[in-house]
Amino acid sequence: MAAELTAIQKTLLENIADLHEVPTGAYNIRSNGGMLGRNTTANIDIVTKTDKPGIDIIIKPGTKNQSVHIPVLITQTGLKEMVYNEFFIGEDCDVVIVAGCGIHNAGDEGSEHSGIHTFHVGKNSKVKYVEKHYGTGEGTGERVMNPSTEIYMEEGSHLEMETIQIEGINSTERRTYAKVEADASIVIKEKIMTHDNQTATTDFKAELVGENSSADIVSRSVAKNHSKQTFKSNIIGSNACKGHSECDAIIMDQAIVEAIPELTAANIDASLIHEAAIGKIAGEQLIKLMTLGLTESEAEEQIINGFLK
Amino acid sequence: MLELRNVSYLVDDEDQGNQKEIIKNIDLTIEDGFTAITGPNGGGKSTLAKLVAGIITPTSGQIFFNGEDITGLSITERSRKGITFAFQQPVRFKGLTVKDLLKIAAGKDVSLNEVCNYLSEVGLCAKEYIDREVNASLSGGELKRIEIAMAIARKTPLTLFDEPEAGIDLWSFQNLIHVFENIHEHAGGSIIIISHQERILNIADRIIVLAAGEIKENGTKEEVLPKLLAGAAPSPVDAVETTPACPTLLNKMV
Repeated sequence: MAAELTAIQKTLLENIADLHEVPTGAYNIRSNGGMLGRNTTANIDIVTKTDKPGIDIIIKPGTKNQSVHIPVLITQTGLKEMVYNEFFIGEDCDVVIVAGCGIHNAGDEGSEHSGIHTFHVGKNSKVKYVEKHYGTGEGTGERVMNPSTEIYMEEGSHLEMETIQIEGINSTERRTYAKVEADASIVIKEKIMTHDNQTATTDFKAELVGENSSADIVSRSVAKNHSKQTFKSNIIGSNACKGHSECDAIIMDQAIVEAIPELTAANIDASLIHEAAIGKIAGEQLIKLMTLGLTESEAEEQIINGFLK
Repeated sequence: MLELRNVSYLVDDEDQGNQKEIIKNIDLTIEDGFTAITGPNGGGKSTLAKLVAGIITPTSGQIFFNGEDITGLSITERSRKGITFAFQQPVRFKGLTVKDLLKIAAGKDVSLNEVCNYLSEVGLCAKEYIDREVNASLSGGELKRIEIAMAIARKTPLTLFDEPEAGIDLWSFQNLIHVFENIHEHAGGSIIIISHQERILNIADRIIVLAAGEIKENGTKEEVLPKLLAGAAPSPVDAVETTPACPTLLNKMV
């Protein structure tokens, strides 16, 4: 089914998926609670769920170098939805999955998207999962997103998740859970910027149950104005495993950043590390960039852009 | 041309409960060409450079650049007027790459070719460094060279280098000197180099000796260098000799 996109939809798509047009390969575009377009390929099937809103994405074993895009666009003020998307990734795959949600709210009523994504990653498969959140619109209506992600990783699989929320989301609560079997590894990279009175909570939990499993969770965030961020992470190692979590935040103005790390080791060969740092932009960084001709606010912008790149 | 008129800089000395004079009523004119500033550690050299770049403001006195009073100008304004300051201790940035910094330094979108030229002038392989983050993964020597590359990208009429030779042991002095000459050739104006190294003092047109916040010597290389090397010369070089001035130079005498 071919999709025709409006200018606003194109802007949202560009921001959440770096797409300028309808993507190639498998995709499903959800817009204002309905389906705007879908394409399946020989190896990747997309099926609408029958018991609740959402889709199943089924990727055949051995699928390599293919991608799936499943962006969600909301341009209708007052729309509130809960979507369940489930990914079944066969063995020995190597795929890229791009999700993301863009809300353009021009009205006064709140728009809200809550998505529950479940991943079943087959043995020895490699997955890169990118999720971007973006909000815009001149209306006073709140833009709310609550993404939940559950990841089940079979032996020898690898998943890298990139989650990015740069602007425009008033309130977000992100929950991510991963269960990691033997020789499997997960890498999560989070980037968040909040401003004005926005709030963002992220809650990561990784259970390293298999021998030689690993998790690496890295969060970089910038909190401006009166915004508030909470970072929670919990890595549980119940086998010989490696876990690392890192929260690195720049705090500005009157913002508040909370970092609550938790590590639970239930095996003598579990090696778990947590690092957290919260601080303002270093004065010497600003000075250096000002000696190169930037104003203080231009310098600040460069430092933040680099930090969140 | 740079001119300092009666410039003093005082800081609060918390141990003593009074004020300490780091720069004492300095009158100084720096003409176009190469000027080296040397003297003992703690003598006020880096403070002088920071006063010129606008990072700190003099407690009293005025600073003129090409005849214009810049005492009240910000770091940014002075930078845009053509003052560049290469730090003694370069700053690290999480996320910004070598290319990002060189682009900011050049003040425009630079081509890959230009970036390669800047880097090869400081003896770094562009291919290896262009996309490297300027973070803790770089060594002090690498950072130092990138700092110098930024000065090359700017090529302004006044460039201050604070101990540029530190960490360039694997590179050569000859190349560093070539960098100074290259900037001078393109931008004219003054190159001011804070250094303890005889080889750098040797290429200077003029040498200024700064100790205890005062100018002890200010003359041509031919006038000042022999006094520094002689060491035992009478005052005012005594002031240099009795302090750990130019240790590198003094070591060479033995």
